[in-house]
Amino acid sequence: MQSAAIRAEGLTKRYGETTAVDSLSFTLPRGATWGLLGGNGAGKTTTIAMLLGLLVPSAGRVSVLGHDMARDRFAALARMNFSSPYVALPHRLTVAENLRVYAHLYGVRGSEARIAELARALQLEEILDRPAGQLSAGQKTRVALAKALVNRPELLLLDEPTASLDPDTGDWVRSWLENYRAESGCAILLASHNMAEVERLCGHVLMMKRGRLVDQGSPDELVSRFGRDNLEDVFLDIARDRRVEA
Amino acid sequence: MSGALRRVWGLVYRHLALYRRSWPRLLELMYWPVLQMLVWGFVTAYLAGVQQNTATVAAGVLLGGVLLWEVALRSQMGFALSFLEEIWSRNLGHIFVSPLRPGELVAGLVTMATLRMLVGVLPAVGLAWLLYGFGLFALGPVVVLFFAALMLMGWAVALGVTAMILRHGAGAEPLAWSVLFGLTPFACVFYPLATLPEPLQWVAQAIPAAHVFEGMRAALLEGRVDGWHLAAAFLLDALWLALLGRVFLAQFEAARRSGALLNIGE
Repeated sequence: MQSAAIRAEGLTKRYGETTAVDSLSFTLPRGATWGLLGGNGAGKTTTIAMLLGLLVPSAGRVSVLGHDMARDRFAALARMNFSSPYVALPHRLTVAENLRVYAHLYGVRGSEARIAELARALQLEEILDRPAGQLSAGQKTRVALAKALVNRPELLLLDEPTASLDPDTGDWVRSWLENYRAESGCAILLASHNMAEVERLCGHVLMMKRGRLVDQGSPDELVSRFGRDNLEDVFLDIARDRRVEA
Repeated sequence: MSGALRRVWGLVYRHLALYRRSWPRLLELMYWPVLQMLVWGFVTAYLAGVQQNTATVAAGVLLGGVLLWEVALRSQMGFALSFLEEIWSRNLGHIFVSPLRPGELVAGLVTMATLRMLVGVLPAVGLAWLLYGFGLFALGPVVVLFFAALMLMGWAVALGVTAMILRHGAGAEPLAWSVLFGLTPFACVFYPLATLPEPLQWVAQAIPAAHVFEGMRAALLEGRVDGWHLAAAFLLDALWLALLGRVFLAQFEAARRSGALLNIGE
């Protein structure tokens, strides 16, 4: 049987007296797109950092694509990728150079062909020779996606992929991600504050608050369970303690 | 190309791409070594006018010291500044979640440090020969060993500096420029080790560079290769590299536990 994309068991991160993530357990199946929701300080970034091996959990364990992140994280990292608007690519390097760097770091064979393929798919051909620092927010997002896809990942962690994008560009990125997941079978874990985006892309949502998983289910299930019209109202109910249940 | 080599090349390519289109960056690499060599070259020229016999000897010792010390300085700075470059460009997060192992990160930084050192120091070596008739490589193949011992020392110190940056973040960045200058008095660049007060001689004995410069003076003044000092330099290099390499790896793991990797440089 194929291992899960992510299996987190009792994942906990404590900083002194503060518990940033508290006993988080979930299993993200292969090929699924799940959302990770929560207000500021809910523990989303800490969770993603632990899934990426950037942060060592205080307790619990994570396995990614069958690899235990405590013992074998580099094997997992080669098969996954990550994109966040809060982590930049070197501004003085051109788009092509940046993609080349990451193609090498991820051990991609035939890197030039892969870069050309991504440039076509993400409409980057016109800007391949432009320094990354001179791009618009929309172009930067597409380049960040190209970097995140350079190794044909089986798991993609996306932290607010459409933050600071205009509605048109945001919609383009969402459509592209939908198509990409359908074609590639890549599993996606998406952290976002954009509820419409999560409703559209995610088949399952993990709701976090103060480091704990407080609810989960498909967007429709959550909306129905909370007796609301949309996921944004569910988010507000949870954020404002109108109803919290595990 | 193997996976490890490909990843190391990825990191090196990232820095080479940066230098390829920035001549001010390239110029900056040569600036200090050339400036140092010019200042000390004029000092030796002045001494030659005052006292001819000793001046020829002094010229070799001073210029050789300046040029070789730049090898250690540029190796240390080349390593530490290449690491800092990733912090300044907010790219470290991407690097640390790629399959690049810590040892491969170090290999990439060492490669860049070597290239930066050669670009910085070789023009100064050439100018010393053109302007003052001082040929560092006239000392023979032993110069390559001097270079190697000083590069190893520079990398060891840089590993310590990088570990401090991992632990203390932006507050430790100035160490990348200053730490080796602080060792200059004990490295015995311009004077024999015996010149130091006895307690400080013990400190100097633990510094590989002090042995390299003792060896350089033996080669320049007595025309012999001092095997003992060379061996001591390489032995100390190995010890310092092993020690500071462990400190770097320990700090890297500590930063993964404390969350420092998430906001390093802020």
